[in-house]
Amino acid sequence: MTLFLYYPSDMKYTSIINNQTIPIGQIPLVSYDEFYELNAGFITDSPEKHCVNYFGYPIGERIKLICCIADDLTHEINVSTCLVNPQDELTSLTSTLFCFEKFEREIHENFGIMFSGHPWLKPVRYSHNRKDLSKTIAGYPFYSIDSDELHEVGVGPIHAGVIEPGHFRFICNGEQILHLEIQLGYQHRGIEALFLNKSKLAERVAISESIAGDNVVGHTLAFSSVWESLCGFQTSKEMNFSRTVALELERIAVHTGDLSAACGDVAYQLGNAVFGRLRTPIVNFLQEWGGNRLAKGLIRPGKNQFPFTGELATRLLQVLDAYEPEFNEMNGELFRMPSALSRFERTGTVSEETARSVGTVGMIARSSGLSRDIRLSHPHALYGEINHEPVIKHHGDVYSRLQVRKEEVRQSVRYLRDLMTRVPECNTNTQPMGQTQPDSFTLSLVEGWRGEICHCAITGTRGELVMYKVKDPSFHNWLALALAVRNNEISDFPICNKSFNLSYCGHDL
Amino acid sequence: MLDHIKIVYHQGKQFIPDIKTAKVPGIFRGRPEISLAKVNESELVDLCPLNAIMPDPIRLDLGKCSFCGECARQFPEKIQFTTDYKISVNERESLIVKEGVNEPLKINPDKISRELRNLFRQSLKLRQVSAGGDNSCEWELNASNNVQFDMSRFGIEFVASPRHADGIVITGPITENMAAPLQICYDATPGPKIIILVGTDAISGGIFAGSPAIDRSFLDRYHIDLYVPGNPAHPLTIINGILDLIGRK
Ligand code: SF4
Repeated sequence: MTLFLYYPSDMKYTSIINNQTIPIGQIPLVSYDEFYELNAGFITDSPEKHCVNYFGYPIGERIKLICCIADDLTHEINVSTCLVNPQDELTSLTSTLFCFEKFEREIHENFGIMFSGHPWLKPVRYSHNRKDLSKTIAGYPFYSIDSDELHEVGVGPIHAGVIEPGHFRFICNGEQILHLEIQLGYQHRGIEALFLNKSKLAERVAISESIAGDNVVGHTLAFSSVWESLCGFQTSKEMNFSRTVALELERIAVHTGDLSAACGDVAYQLGNAVFGRLRTPIVNFLQEWGGNRLAKGLIRPGKNQFPFTGELATRLLQVLDAYEPEFNEMNGELFRMPSALSRFERTGTVSEETARSVGTVGMIARSSGLSRDIRLSHPHALYGEINHEPVIKHHGDVYSRLQVRKEEVRQSVRYLRDLMTRVPECNTNTQPMGQTQPDSFTLSLVEGWRGEICHCAITGTRGELVMYKVKDPSFHNWLALALAVRNNEISDFPICNKSFNLSYCGHDL
Repeated sequence: MLDHIKIVYHQGKQFIPDIKTAKVPGIFRGRPEISLAKVNESELVDLCPLNAIMPDPIRLDLGKCSFCGECARQFPEKIQFTTDYKISVNERESLIVKEGVNEPLKINPDKISRELRNLFRQSLKLRQVSAGGDNSCEWELNASNNVQFDMSRFGIEFVASPRHADGIVITGPITENMAAPLQICYDATPGPKIIILVGTDAISGGIFAGSPAIDRSFLDRYHIDLYVPGNPAHPLTIINGILDLIGRK
């Protein structure tokens, strides 16, 4: 096989850095057994490594599997690949390493590959192009329990509030939750297929903006970084500046809104109202800057669409000056109010061990003691210069998750204040983007407010997209929510759910 | 307790007193105005990622537009977005803005049933169904009820069950997987009932139009009472649209 020309035959994987494009042939092709050993070996007893993406795509009749394991210490991502047949029965990585749980289910759902030893090889999202169309969302195989004492509670897909759909099936002993199963897929819009079917860059940007409308900056930035890397485009200082500012503003806005929602769920109306209103000046600033409160239209590949000017910097400082004391004052009240604390503390706990074993990422991981933050481990935009230190809490309960939010907001405000002292000169000269390189592989990681977003692209012989893979941080974290609520009262489910605030559409794609 | 009173005191009154005349800060892409200037039409039509621009004469369909502003950026002499956020209408065709016709968009009162106005003018309870929405319109619907926009002061509220509702608000392009739950929710709402579509995705499918993963047949079966464009729709667009629909001055 010609592929063997590219690498020494004893190398079973290749290492890249964030936003790097490599020829697809540079990733060594190994047998599934070697692939299994290699990736299991990476994860086992190595807390600094985790799986950022694992997916398959068809090559003729066969399926190519690509696994990407990030190493937080070396700041590299180890990419390995193998070719399998859809009829193959493969040994499941999940049987010993739960962090692969959803990835293997997705590969099974899309291509029919069996993973022997997987504890629950159930559908993930009932995608329109799944292998077995006879399985439909209404027939999801829930776990149930045959017992006179226990009962089941089904919630959703449509929920009581104005939120996205998903089904939660609880098995309870009285008020106590013994088990929760979360079934998603209702939001599936065919995002990954659309990336291939739409040919204009502007269309693809519009898709990336709609992956998760509450994390527009994160996903648009991941798409833009992938595209720029594929085209060999170097981002300018001003572009990196704007993107860093936008990402931190998005983090402040959503975290503030989440604190408001958490107050609402413990019937603390003042906190609900004040945090709710404090989010407004932040999203309104995004609108002043780019014309949209959720930053749609702001980030574009190869362009600094809305340069961040000195006037905007002055304006942002005014906004932050007004925001900060009120944010701090409200937190001071909230976090010393016994009636609120009693609802937050020891509720919905995810131990550090669980958080690691299921492969949580982002602020959910950081709330359970894991230092997992792309801004530090695989820095992009200006994070290399910022010397970011992740906010880490150790209890893994609702309280910790709210504390992480509070402290991350303060940290982001500090970063923004610092950035405002060195706003780069506006340079509207844009270099042309160039063409996407043929037969290439690109991976981009962005630390959005929820956690790590990972987009991967693979191009064909003419530089056309043959695979686009999106992974929202929620893909890792939904299982942690299901485990967090065990042995809690079912009435605490809303506050647990809110403290995670995971994305349905980002998961369902 | 005293601290709480202090916070309440210095937070003061946060609500926007006049929701109909409030100004949006900074740049905002609301109702576009299209001049009669001659431009390269095919270039203009082609650049729109949502196929929202039609040629000869140039028209822009707000039901398809994602308000990205790219057309105005490349053809500023032809298209300008104003900050007019009152763009909700009750007829689909009214969302199509024609060149040279630069007038505010209006609800057609003749197309509103007397029953709707009589029953819902003082109180309208809505059930929201996100059917593939990306959580941006959902976020703005929630914001419509925060202490600033405070939609509930007009008796307009979101309720937890279709059994309590006078109508449904749909966001998202309507995925195949949500088509059945949406139908069940609508059927469970007691009549008379209304349907409101919020956001470009709901109105036309947006960037998802034509995706095999969506199923919009629900919309063919029923009359739509209100179209609220935007990506996402701004809270002022949402609130003013509903107020105009129910005839609240
Ligand atoms: S603003 Fe609307 S019409 Fe103009 S390019 Fe964007 S989507 Fe098309």
